[in-house]
Amino acid sequence: MGNTITEKILMAHTDLREIRAGELINARVDIALGNDITAPIAIKEFRKAGGRKVFDRDKIALVLDHFTPNKDISSAEQCKFVREFALEQKITHFYEGGRVGIEHALLPEQGIVVPGDVVIGADSHTCTYGGLGAFATGVGSTDLAAAMLTGELWFKVPETIKFVVYGKMPRWVSGKDLILHIIGRIGVDGALYKAMEYTGETISALPMADRLSIANMAIEAGAKNGIFPPDDITRQYVEGRGKRPYKFYASDADAVYADIIEINAAQLEPQVAFPHLPSNVKGVSAAGDIKIDQSLIGSCTNGRIEDLRIAAQILQGRKAASTVRLIVVPATPAIYQQAIREGLIEIFLNAEAVISPPSCGACLGGHMGILAAGERAVATTNRNFVGRMGHAKSEVYLASPAVAAASAVLGRIASPAHLA
Amino acid sequence: MIYKGKIWKFGDNIDTDAIIPARYLVTSDPQELAAHCMEDADPQFVSKMKKGDIILGGENFGCGSSREHAPIAIKAAGISCVVARSFARIFYRNSFNMGLPIFESNDLWAAIKEGEEITVDGGAGIITISGGNKQFKIGKIPPFMEQLINDGGLMKHIAKKRGIK
Ligand code: SF4
Repeated sequence: MGNTITEKILMAHTDLREIRAGELINARVDIALGNDITAPIAIKEFRKAGGRKVFDRDKIALVLDHFTPNKDISSAEQCKFVREFALEQKITHFYEGGRVGIEHALLPEQGIVVPGDVVIGADSHTCTYGGLGAFATGVGSTDLAAAMLTGELWFKVPETIKFVVYGKMPRWVSGKDLILHIIGRIGVDGALYKAMEYTGETISALPMADRLSIANMAIEAGAKNGIFPPDDITRQYVEGRGKRPYKFYASDADAVYADIIEINAAQLEPQVAFPHLPSNVKGVSAAGDIKIDQSLIGSCTNGRIEDLRIAAQILQGRKAASTVRLIVVPATPAIYQQAIREGLIEIFLNAEAVISPPSCGACLGGHMGILAAGERAVATTNRNFVGRMGHAKSEVYLASPAVAAASAVLGRIASPAHLA
Repeated sequence: MIYKGKIWKFGDNIDTDAIIPARYLVTSDPQELAAHCMEDADPQFVSKMKKGDIILGGENFGCGSSREHAPIAIKAAGISCVVARSFARIFYRNSFNMGLPIFESNDLWAAIKEGEEITVDGGAGIITISGGNKQFKIGKIPPFMEQLINDGGLMKHIAKKRGIK
């Protein structure tokens, strides 16, 4: 009986010769991540347990991205607290101010996480790095404290659901549409406690940006991790940026799966998740006439340069409807610079967009793009829970950058195909 | 581990944004967080509930963000334990790690109305509705996690293992 890629990566981080789904294990951690919201609790717990020195200053990443630039005194205090800890412990991967990007875009981009890693982060979208062929999962602050202290953490080895995707994705359909479709199909707890493994001809051809978007939303199906078998596309992405040696793992041919789900990507159209669950998904042609007040293009799901290029392609020579506030958030400083070099920022400004610095900001209803009661936003983010982007009576519709850009122009939820 | 209290009943997929909205995450102070516990699911919750009460959730309770602020807010508000048909995994982990007692029962949810009182006997693995003899089994907890609870959470468990205090 063989093992899945998830089992193999976990096993390689223990001294065990064999592991099986369902077992509780302790595994060594390659990178432990915290942010301005979750790290303060972790640091307090670390100290309470007698922690003086972190297990390895090169293996911890502290990224102050959620309320950056600090929105008020309290958030500034939280950042100050984390900063003092980071400086005291000489944490190598500490990011704030003009160096900070949204953590899950920043860590892969900077080569801080690499294929074959075990990564834990006190942020639920840590699962993003599964796009690289790493085991990555979101945990709580206490888990982060334990990992910072001991370099290891307890895990229940997850069962795996395998998704086999075939068929050529039609125009304007992206990785985001594929994952929204999957969550719509299996539900927000459809992969509870499990790993989501992606294979098939469509996946082999999928660019890294799309893989990261898909892995990013594993948590929205309740999963522990999402994972892509690493290949040449992975190698091209990691070469030249990986800060540590990396290793490719692959599932055995006789690995055991909890379920295998086949998807024909050729039949997909752009997808939209209606309020207030990411599983409340419809094809854009069935969306009806939904007027919007705001369109947000950004976040750890879809704030990469590839996403901005698609949005710019649609917004070129067009303007956001006068009733719509269009907000574009390059996810990292490097993406921002690249977008300037390619002339994308100029296209956005001509389209009358607001350009936000790299920040979680509006995505979590933190600041810089909050919704009032009764307002509706289309967003390229990953969650549309009640109150996620502002007032409890506001609404969030999740979609791809292409749909968010087209909707901004038309003032209602629409596909780029609807543009004249 | 016996908890007796009035239940507050919620539906499926109660997410961490409903338990403690992100706009309050500029602090990790338990009392400040407790003041907004469950606010986006039921704005009056904190003023209505009493110390020792129990939250009853449906499927996938605590889905969404990894914020430990969610179990912290629930615990600091004075909720004695949470029972749900199922829990989202990070919330499940966090609760054990920081010492909020949680129990899985698939059948209780449909058999009880808001405001009724239950007794949760964690040791015996049984929930009883007061004023009746209906009993419900609680999902089994793996031994390692039981030890986490007995040691008072993950960090105390680690400190004990490392011989600190
Ligand atoms: S962009 Fe949104 S989902 Fe991603 S880490 Fe920031 S707040 Fe979380």
